[in-house]
This record gives sequence, structure tokens and C-alpha cells, in this order.
Amino acid sequence: MTATDAPAAPQAPKLRPANGAKRQYTFLLIVIAALFFVPYILPDSAQPVAVRTLIFAIMAVGWNLMSGFGGMFSFGHAVFFGVGAYTDAYLLTAFGVSPWLSMIIGAVLAAGVGLTIAYFCLRYKLAGSYFALATFAFAQMFYLLSQNLGFLNKTDGINVPLLPEESWAMLQFDQDSKFYFWIPLVILGLAMAVTIYFAHSRAGQFAQAIRDDATAAESLGIKVMKYRLITVAMSCAITAVAGAYYSQYYLFVGPEQAFGIHVSTDAIIPAVIGGIGTIWGPLIGAAVVGPLSELIAHLLRNPPEFLEFLQGTSGLDVAVYAALLIVIVIFLPKGIYGTIRERMRK
Amino acid sequence: MSLLTLDGVSKSFGGLKALGETTLEIPEHEFFGIIGPNGAGKTTLFSVLAGQLAPSSGQMMFDGVDITGWSADKTAAQGLVRTFQLMRPFESMTVLENVTIASHNKYRSPHKAREHAAAVVERVGLDSYMYAMSGTLPTAGLKRLELARALALEPRMILLDEVLAGLVPTERAPIIDLLRSIHAEGVTVMFVEHIMAAVMALSERLLVMHEGRELALGLPEEVIANQQVIDAYLGEDYS
Repeated sequence: MTATDAPAAPQAPKLRPANGAKRQYTFLLIVIAALFFVPYILPDSAQPVAVRTLIFAIMAVGWNLMSGFGGMFSFGHAVFFGVGAYTDAYLLTAFGVSPWLSMIIGAVLAAGVGLTIAYFCLRYKLAGSYFALATFAFAQMFYLLSQNLGFLNKTDGINVPLLPEESWAMLQFDQDSKFYFWIPLVILGLAMAVTIYFAHSRAGQFAQAIRDDATAAESLGIKVMKYRLITVAMSCAITAVAGAYYSQYYLFVGPEQAFGIHVSTDAIIPAVIGGIGTIWGPLIGAAVVGPLSELIAHLLRNPPEFLEFLQGTSGLDVAVYAALLIVIVIFLPKGIYGTIRERMRK
Repeated sequence: MSLLTLDGVSKSFGGLKALGETTLEIPEHEFFGIIGPNGAGKTTLFSVLAGQLAPSSGQMMFDGVDITGWSADKTAAQGLVRTFQLMRPFESMTVLENVTIASHNKYRSPHKAREHAAAVVERVGLDSYMYAMSGTLPTAGLKRLELARALALEPRMILLDEVLAGLVPTERAPIIDLLRSIHAEGVTVMFVEHIMAAVMALSERLLVMHEGRELALGLPEEVIANQQVIDAYLGEDYS
């Protein structure tokens, strides 16, 4: 067809099938099903690491929606994690609310907080590093707030009481129960499914267009603020669920565990290592980063003979961990999955 | 009745008046050309019209509706759509996805939106790049992509900012044909261009801008014969 033709009613040309959402759902199902058997393989002593990794993964999937797909780099996802964690612990200890319900309430609250923060940051046109710094500032504010609020037990934090017997409603099982792994696994699967759905949806496509070029998106009739805020709300809600589960698993939450700086970076690192703005990045990143820090710590605590001199050097594990992350970022600048995908396209 | 009316519209940045009070009436289905030296206020005029910039004064009516101070998304939804001189593709997306973003605004069904976008991609002659990442397109392709996204919104009026700039003559001819066919469908076109052959071939009326104000307005042949226009823009050698 030449450009001079003026088709009054454009004929639909042959189209390749739309981007593989179905393929991604199928792949996700296979991955989650495979991970289902992990507790049978791992020794009981390794289960806490596996659960921590899943919590990282959920946080990172949440963070990735806003910062990866939405292009709004959050350095304060501790806010949403902490709101989820405290909502769970507080509602449970004060009113005996079931953690399942608290997860939803926490998610809604975190989405509300996220919307408020993001609205004002975007309203005053904060972007890039300034946006990141603003979110960081809010995380610090929540940290201080939680240290000083009486009903949150100030710096003491909240203990979630241990029940004498297992209870599905209260999300408590035997200490070594495999459900402590399976439940966050299902949550992770759902969060990933939301990501896949969103990435292909109209709203998600708009969000990605806005990330690429907000001015161009707006000139095509897209309500920039609306779709940015939708992305933020989903991101915060998912991260809050990770927080709620954290409280239930560790039976404790305090200011540091909820709103500490490391919580924000815990959400960022898996996504960055795996590939920002990709569907599989946070999952792959968490699978690498989660065990890695534990492995290094373990190795340095009980060094093999030829590394005997490392015995008792506290803090070295963190340094090694950081150095390894730097190496990964240097060699895989778009993350593990992001870099592989790029090479395959060429 | 005129489709677009500007009444004393101006834009200042601090003390600098980028666009002086401009009054203009564009009838439905006109092919309206704008020329002028760099810094004459052509792109500022487009940005004000399309809602990227709020005018400092004046009133703008489009299709009988007061669009003064409207945001860009609202203006676009109303049917007044612009392209950018410096192309702004969504680089993480393929050509088809880029255009689908625009057609999503016309068709709620994702499937319909995609089909419509594909038809537009084909129409602007980018079919062979349909599934290429938009960032990898050559300049001529990016210009077509800008056009395609605007067309996918099925605008009533389109503002084209130098769609021919940076193209070699053989690349220009098909775009010029395309612009004619868009106009033939009933779309009102306002375009800024430096390629005089195209300006003369396409414009029904021509506005010459200089230092933020109207230097001459009228039939293209009259305008280019105007001594002031020759002095300010065309130069003595143009004939």
C-alpha cells in the first residue's frame, strides 16, 4: 500500500498475535509450581532464608511497578512495607483482627499513603533524584513517627503473641510448617500475575508511555497524573502485603524492621539486580540476592580453613555482599534478566 | 464557521515575549502553512495551541469550545493534536505499540485499538518496521511515527511541526502525498515548515512569523512576493 491511498475504512492487516501475556501466565504458573517443592528439598534450617527471599521478592515486585514500569524511582518503599507491617501487628494485638483482613486493610492504607505522597511530589513536578529523595524523606518521617507514637509502642515495637496451636485464621503454624513458605509463595504468584496483567493492560501501557516520555504521552490525550497514581497505588499495596506477612512470620515489628533505610533498599536491590521494569527481573533478582547475603554471612562466620584469618571480622559480610552487587551491576547494567533480554533481541 | 479562533493570544517567558498577541481564524478543512526564521515563535504557538504551555493572554476557541488554558491531554481528546519537531518516541516500545498507545484513546477494546494502530502504521508506510523497537528507527521513520501517533487519534485538526525537516528529497515526496491524503479526508492541517517547495505546494494560506508576531498572512504567492517577508526570511535570492 502506498501513502497516497486514502482508506476510508482501514482494512485490518495481518497482525502478529498480541504480546505474549498468555505465555507469561503459563510460565509464571510453572515457576510457582516448581517453587512449591522447595521446602521438601531445603533443610529446615534454610527455610527462614527462603521465606525472607520470598518477602524480598514481593517487595521488589511492588517496587518495580512504580519505579520500573512507572519510572518513578522510590527510595522510600519502607513506608509502605512498614504501614503493612504495623497495621497487621497493631490490629491483631489491639483488636484481634485476622492477619488476612489486616493484609487487605494495610494494603489499602499503604495505597492511600502512597497516593498522597506521590500526588504532592508529582504536583510539584519532582522527578528523578528529587522524587527519590522526597520518598526517602517520607520514609525517615515514618521512622521517627513510629518511634514516638505511643499506640505503636514507640521504640519497643509490637510483639505478635504466639498461639498455643496452629490457626489458619490467625496465620500461625508449627515453627517448621511448610505453610510459612507456601503462603508468601502464593502471594508472590498473585503479585506477579498482577504485574503481567498490568503490563499488558491499557492503564499499564499508558504508564509505560508516560515513563518513556510524559510530554508525548500527554499530547496523545493521556491523563498523566491519573495513570501515574494508579501505578503508585498498586505498587504500595503489594509492598504492604509483604510487610504484613513479615510481622506474622517474625512475630515482631519495630521502627527499624518496618521503616529502616535497609527496608527501602531491600525492595530496590532485587529489582535492580534482576532488571528494572521487566516482569521477571524482581523474581530473578530476589532469587540471587536473597540467598547471597545469607551465604556470604554464613561463609564468613564459619570460614573454610584457608580463609581462617577472616574469622570474627564483623561487618565484612556486608562489604563482600556490596562488592558482589557492584560487580553484577557493572557486568549486567540492565540487570540479569534485562541484559539477557537485550542481547537476545540483537 | 472557523474551526480554530485565536483572539489576542500571547506567550511571555519572564520579560521575553516569545509570542506576541496573535489573532487568527482557521476555517474548517484549511491547509494552513506557517513559515518564519528560527525563534519566530512558531513552535511556541503550537505549544500554546496544544496545551503544553498556558497562554499569557488571549482566548482560543476550538470547534466552538473555549480551550484557553486547557491541558494537553484534554486538548488532544477534543481533536486538536500536535506532532513534535524533535521526535519523542516511546523508546521501550515497538512502532506498533507506540501507535497503539494513541489508538487506545479512541478504542476501549485492546484488540480494536491494536488493529486500528496497525492500519495507521501501514498507512504512513512503516509496515516493515511494525515490530521494530521505536528507538532504532532512522529519522525519516521517526517522523512518520510522530505522524502515525497523531493520526491514530483521528484528529479534527492536526498541528505538524516540521515533519519534513531532516529528510532527503526522496523521503519527502511520499510524506507530502500522505499529508495531502490526510487533508483530503477532511482533517484541518496547520503546519510549520522550512522546505519552501512543500510550503508552496500544500498551503492554502500562509502565515509568516517574525520575532513572535505576524509579518504577513495571505495566499502563498502574495506572501512570498511581500518585500518585508523577503527581507526577514526568504532573502533576495528566493524566486
